[in-house]
Amino acid sequence: MRRVPKVRRRQLEAWPRYLAARATEAKDTRLAGFFAGGGLDPEMPIGEAPLVAMDFETTGLDAGRHDIVSVGVVPFTLARIRPAEGRYWVLSPRRRLSDESVTFHHITHAEVENAPDFSAIIDELLEMLHGRLVVVHYRQLERAFLDAAIRERLGEGLLFPMLDTMSLEARIHRQSWWARLRRWAGRPVASIRLHESRQRYNLPAYTGHHALIDSLATAELLQAQILYHYSWETPVGALWR
Amino acid sequence: MNIEQLDIRGHLAQFAPFDHLSDDLLDRIAGSIEIRYFQAGSELLSKDQPIDSLWYIRSGAVEMYQRSGRLFNRLGEGDIFGYSDLLHQRRVRYPVRAIEDTLIYFVPADIFDEICEADDDFSEFVDTGGRLKVTVQQQRDDSGLMTTRVRKLITRQPQMVEADTTLQAAAQRMRDENTTCVLVVDLTESQSPYTFVGRDGRHWKLNGILTDRDFCTRVLAEGKSPQTPVGEVMSSRPIVIQSDESVYEAMLCMLRNQVHHLPVLHRRQPMGILHLSDIVRHETHSSLFLVNNIFVQNTPTQLSRLSTEVRNGFVRMVADGANSEMISRALATIGRGFTQRLLELAEAELGPPPVPYCFMVLGSMAREEPTINADQDNALVLDDAYDPEQHGDYFEALAKFVCDGLAGCGYAYCKGDVMATNPRWRQPLAVWKRYFEKWMREPNPERLLHSSIFFDLAPVHGEAPMVEALQDLIAEQAPRSELFLAALARNAKNRTPPLGFFRQFVMEQDGEHRKSINLKRRGTAPLTDLVRVHALACGSKSQNTFARLDDIAATKLVGQGVAERLRYAFEFLSMVRIRHQAEAIEHGQEPDNSVDPEHVGSRERHHLKDAFEAISHAQKFLSFRYTLPGKGSSRSQGAERGETAS
Repeated sequence: MRRVPKVRRRQLEAWPRYLAARATEAKDTRLAGFFAGGGLDPEMPIGEAPLVAMDFETTGLDAGRHDIVSVGVVPFTLARIRPAEGRYWVLSPRRRLSDESVTFHHITHAEVENAPDFSAIIDELLEMLHGRLVVVHYRQLERAFLDAAIRERLGEGLLFPMLDTMSLEARIHRQSWWARLRRWAGRPVASIRLHESRQRYNLPAYTGHHALIDSLATAELLQAQILYHYSWETPVGALWR
Repeated sequence: MNIEQLDIRGHLAQFAPFDHLSDDLLDRIAGSIEIRYFQAGSELLSKDQPIDSLWYIRSGAVEMYQRSGRLFNRLGEGDIFGYSDLLHQRRVRYPVRAIEDTLIYFVPADIFDEICEADDDFSEFVDTGGRLKVTVQQQRDDSGLMTTRVRKLITRQPQMVEADTTLQAAAQRMRDENTTCVLVVDLTESQSPYTFVGRDGRHWKLNGILTDRDFCTRVLAEGKSPQTPVGEVMSSRPIVIQSDESVYEAMLCMLRNQVHHLPVLHRRQPMGILHLSDIVRHETHSSLFLVNNIFVQNTPTQLSRLSTEVRNGFVRMVADGANSEMISRALATIGRGFTQRLLELAEAELGPPPVPYCFMVLGSMAREEPTINADQDNALVLDDAYDPEQHGDYFEALAKFVCDGLAGCGYAYCKGDVMATNPRWRQPLAVWKRYFEKWMREPNPERLLHSSIFFDLAPVHGEAPMVEALQDLIAEQAPRSELFLAALARNAKNRTPPLGFFRQFVMEQDGEHRKSINLKRRGTAPLTDLVRVHALACGSKSQNTFARLDDIAATKLVGQGVAERLRYAFEFLSMVRIRHQAEAIEHGQEPDNSVDPEHVGSRERHHLKDAFEAISHAQKFLSFRYTLPGKGSSRSQGAERGETAS
C-alpha cells in the first residue's frame, strides 16, 4: 500500500521560491544566513535528506499569548537517528508558568526561573536546523511558536517547510477513501496523536511531553511512516508542508 | 546526559550484559546509541555485508538464519546480535530478518571495543555468546558442530619454535612432544595483527607453521639439509581461527583453505592447533560411531584405546543436554559392544566354543543404566552338555580373555567377584536354574545381599534363549515367593537416603553430619533395589529401572503417582551423578559418586531433598507390603514356604 503522492509543480516550487526570496530580503544577518542555501532540493529523495526532529513544550496553544518553555531537537536520517547530537533547552517564558502547565510538562518553576530567554538559543537552534528538513508532529504549533518567538526578538518571522508526521498520519488515516468510509459508517476516527500514531507501527511507549523525547519519538515515527506508506525515493517536496 | 539518553540507558540497564556494567560504561554506551526502525519482514543484515555496530533490540523481534536457510536463532527485546561478527571479520555471517516491527539501537564498533576492553564480564559475554538462544531442535540437528566452540577441542598448548631453529631440532621437538606441527614465532618490536605477548612478557609474532607434511614436500622432496632454519621452509602467514569460532566454522575454514592444521588463537595468543582429525574425532564421539569403531578393532589393546573416547563422548552428551536415560543407554550399548567384540576376538583366538553358551551381564549393565565408572558384573551360562573335564579350560580361558579385556577398557574387576572368571558363575543352565530356585525358595537376607545383583540379568553374546529361560523362571516364581520378596524388601532398606540436607553437611539418620553424599549408595542404589522388589513381585521381565516402573505403575502394587515420583527421583539423582562425573572427567579427575553438598546449588538441593524423601517414603512402604512372616508368626512362614515349594 505504498502511496504515490500527487505532486503539483507549483507546490514543489512554492517553498524554494519563498526561501530564496527571504534569503535576499531578510535584514537580520542570522536569518539571511539561514535562508541562504538552507533549503533542500524538493526533488531530493527523503532517504537521502538530512533531517532534524523538533519539538516545543509551551505554556499554551496560542502563539500570540503563550510562550515556549522547552525546545528539543534531534538530527537524523532515515538510516540513523543520532540522539547524542540532540540538543535540549529549557527557556524562561515571558509570562508566568501556570500550575497546570507545570504538572503537564514536568518542568518546574525553579528550572524556568534560572533559564535563559529564547534569544539566547537562537544562534545554536538555527545552526541545528540549517540545511536540514525539520520534522515535527503537528506543525501548526511549532511553526507558529517559532515564527512568533523569532519575530518578537529579531523583528521578522521565520517560516520554512516542515515535514509533519501528524499530517502524514492524517492523510493515511483520516483522508483516505477508506477512512472516509469508516467515518461515514460511524466508526471512531483513528487518533493521530504522537503516542497513538506510534502504536500503529509497534513503536515502544515513551514518557510523553518532554521536548527531547518527543522529538526522538517523532523521528522514529517518520522512519516507520516512510517504510509503511512511502519509500526512501519519495521526494521531500511531496512530503513537506 | 540528555533525558532521552537516560531513557535509552534505563532500557539497556535491564538486560544482560549491560545490566552488570558500571555506570560510567553504561553512560558511555547510552551516549553513543543510534537508532533505526525496521519494518516486519525486512532484512536487517545480509550475509557478508560489513558490520560496524552492535545491534540491540529496543522493541520487536528478529530471526537469524544459517547458510542452509535454516532458522538459527530468534531474538527479542533486550537481545543483542552482530557481536561475534564484530569481534572477528566484521562481516555478517548469518542474515537477520525482522519478524516484527523492530526498533534497533546501534552501539558503534569503537565503543563496543572499548567496553570489551574495559569490562571482562561484558567481553566474556559477547565472546562466549552467553545469550545465544539456540533452539533445542538446532542442537539435536547439528550434533553440536554449530554450537561447540573450537577451544573445546584444544587439549594442549601449541609447540612453538623460532625461525632460526634447524629443521632437525624442530623435528626432534615434534617427535618428543608427539605433535604433527610446530608454530614458528619471532620476537618483534612492533605490533601487528599477528603479535601477542608471550609468557616472558615480550612481544612475539606468529610467522608461520611447519607440519609433518612439509617435512615430506618441502624438506625431503626439495633436498633440504636438516640444518636449514625452519624459517626457510615454513608456510608463512598461516591461516588461523579464533578460539570461540564454531567447530563448523573451523571445518569450513580447513576445507576452504586446503589445510589440515589450524592454529587456534584467543585474540592473538596461540592456544593450540586444531587438526582435521580432531574434528573427525569430535564427531565420532557420538555413541553410535563409537560402537562402529568397537567392531573394527582387532585386539584388546586396540579396544582399550577407545576408552578415552568413551569418556569424551560421555562428557559431550552431558554438555549437549542429553537426559540420564539417553546417556545410560548409550553407555550400555557401548559396554555391550566392548563385551561382544571381546568375545568375538576370544573365539577367534581360542576357536569356536565346544558347546553353546551365553555370556550374560548383571547389575547396572543388565539394567541398561551403567555409569561411566561402572564395574564389570558378568557370568557365563553354558549348555547343559557342558563337561568340565572336556570344556572347562576353554571357557575359563574365554572368561579370562573377556574380563581382562573389559578391565583394560575401563570396566574395573568386580569387587564381589561376580565375573565369568569365577567358576561358580560359569555354569550350565541347569545349575543356574537351581541357583535361582534356591535363592527364591530359601531366601536368607544375608545370602540374598550378595545375589540380588543376579536378578538384573541380560544376554550379551551367544545363545540368548538360555538367559531368557532364567528371566522366565524368575518372572514366574518370584511373584509367588513372598518370603523371598520380604527378604529382598528388607535388604532394600539397608541403604537409606540421608535425612536432611544443609549448606555444608548432610544429616545422617543417626544424627551425624557428613561432608559428602554418595549418590549411588544413598540414592540410586536403594531406589533400584526397591524398584526391583516391586518388579519381581509383579512378574515383570523388564530389567531397566524406568521400564520396571512402567510395569509397576500398571499394577496396584504401589499407590497412585508413586511410580511417577520414583521415576522423577531416579532421573534427577542419575542426572546429578552424571553431571558430577562429567565435571570430574573434564577436570582430569577420576569420576566418583560422592557429591559435596557445598557444590550443590540451592535449587538442586531442594530437588535432592525431594528425591531422597521419595525414596524414604517408598522404603517405608516396602515393610508394609512385603512383611517378613518370620517376625509375626512362624505359622505363616511355614505355610508360605510350603506353598512356594509346591
